[in-house]
Amino acid sequence: MIVAKRKPFDEIRQLLKGYKKVLNVGCGTCVAVCLAGGEKEVSVLNAELDMAGKLDDNPIEIAGITIERQCDREYLEALDSKVGNYEVLLSMACGAGVQFLAERYPQIPVLPAVDTTFIGVNQAVGWYEERCRSCSSCVLGHTGGICPVTMCAKGLYNGPCGGTNKGSCEIDANQPCAWYMIYERLKGQGRLDCILEITPPNDWQNQIPRTVIQPGYSKPETTAK
Amino acid sequence: MKSGSNLEKILKAGHFAFTGELGPPRGTGAEEVRHKASFLKGMVDSVNITDNQTAVVRMSSWAASLIVLQEGLEPNYQMVCRDRNRLAMQSDILGAYTLGIRNMLCLSGDHQKFGDHPQAKGVFDVDSMQLIGMVKKMRDEGKFLGGAEILNPPQIFIGAASNPFADPFEWRVHRLAKKIASGVDFIQTQCIYNMEKFRAFIKQANEMGLTEKVYILAGVTPMKSVGMAKYMKSKVPGMDVPDEIIKRLQGVDKTKVADEGIKIACEQIEEFKEMKGVAGVHLMAIEWEHKVPEIAERAKVLPRPVID
Repeated sequence: MIVAKRKPFDEIRQLLKGYKKVLNVGCGTCVAVCLAGGEKEVSVLNAELDMAGKLDDNPIEIAGITIERQCDREYLEALDSKVGNYEVLLSMACGAGVQFLAERYPQIPVLPAVDTTFIGVNQAVGWYEERCRSCSSCVLGHTGGICPVTMCAKGLYNGPCGGTNKGSCEIDANQPCAWYMIYERLKGQGRLDCILEITPPNDWQNQIPRTVIQPGYSKPETTAK
Repeated sequence: MKSGSNLEKILKAGHFAFTGELGPPRGTGAEEVRHKASFLKGMVDSVNITDNQTAVVRMSSWAASLIVLQEGLEPNYQMVCRDRNRLAMQSDILGAYTLGIRNMLCLSGDHQKFGDHPQAKGVFDVDSMQLIGMVKKMRDEGKFLGGAEILNPPQIFIGAASNPFADPFEWRVHRLAKKIASGVDFIQTQCIYNMEKFRAFIKQANEMGLTEKVYILAGVTPMKSVGMAKYMKSKVPGMDVPDEIIKRLQGVDKTKVADEGIKIACEQIEEFKEMKGVAGVHLMAIEWEHKVPEIAERAKVLPRPVID
């Protein structure tokens, strides 16, 4: 899933400065699962903003709504009849959701309330770790299911570098060396030949905005609103 | 001859090579580079010019290399993958070669988190293995990585590093084999203190026939103090400093510690001279350039051979 964390409260307040009528839009998918921007987080943030406004003698009118997914038009439609009543939209979705919301309502400012952080896994409740950089050319088949692009601090395709320290990365003793892990796993599987080959320079595909059209589908003629 | 560099000639002729290292200044002006170079002239076959080592900004490696060249010393131009993408790397290589640089050392580079700009974006467009292959392609095929022809391709003697001590130890010799397959001509190793482990590494490299395909220069850094030895042991990633080294330094009079450090280095060099598979020594006398003449003298590597 996409993992996000809420922006510092002061930063959110600074973004909202001058606005009196705010609609905070939560997202019920990734950011809800990682406890950053779902229904619960929307109500907590709204309560904090409401309280802070009152304490400052500058009360604001703030409402909340959480839709299933902000990155999907089908669910955004539910907002069409509501947004006109507000000066500004605060979005607790990932960066994709924020932009899709802003694209749908170009006359209304849409502000982010979270920092989108990574594609990761749920290690424990409230504890998430990055696993994928969505590079568009997955090498996991050769690297024992451990991503060197994400897990190696230098993103090396032909590691390990000389800084491996007792299985840790040179940047931090608490950070395991990705290539040490790759080596150990492939050794265990009897597949070290996978990394004997030199991986050539990568064809970086994430340097421009990417589009995916699945087989059998095509780009719609006009983008329906 | 691949490049015709002095280092290549020395190694090809079968001489035991001796290379040094020089760190560019944290500022402008050629004086500091010239001053450091003055101690190395005639003492080493080539001198490595570091590239923003430990991720700290310094005068660019190619600029300092050119100053060293003016001083009559042959530079070994270091290039790290951390700070530039494939376009910048290839254009720097063209410029460096055009202005007389003939040796290059291809490195990944210390992570930017260690240095004076920890907020920087690390590039790592290509890794050290891929950089070796890129320089080889430029030299042997006369083509850029992108495939286009190069007008007057650069003839570079290609070097890389090897750390025989970092984990996983068993993999290190295979990584060396990969660098050879990528096209490396010579290797300079990480500073060696654990001789036993190094002997095992070289033995494995000999058995795999690797030392017949590449010149290996053993890395030596004399310990200046007990503090330095302890720091290297605990703080420098991938460094293997056995306790015996520290005990030996502690065992001499405080005024003699640096001398003992040089003595250990010289003993190592004597062993490397006889070690099958080792083609020379790379002396990294960090901020101790003025001691290089004394070390070279005591290590009995002088005079340096001159080859036309």
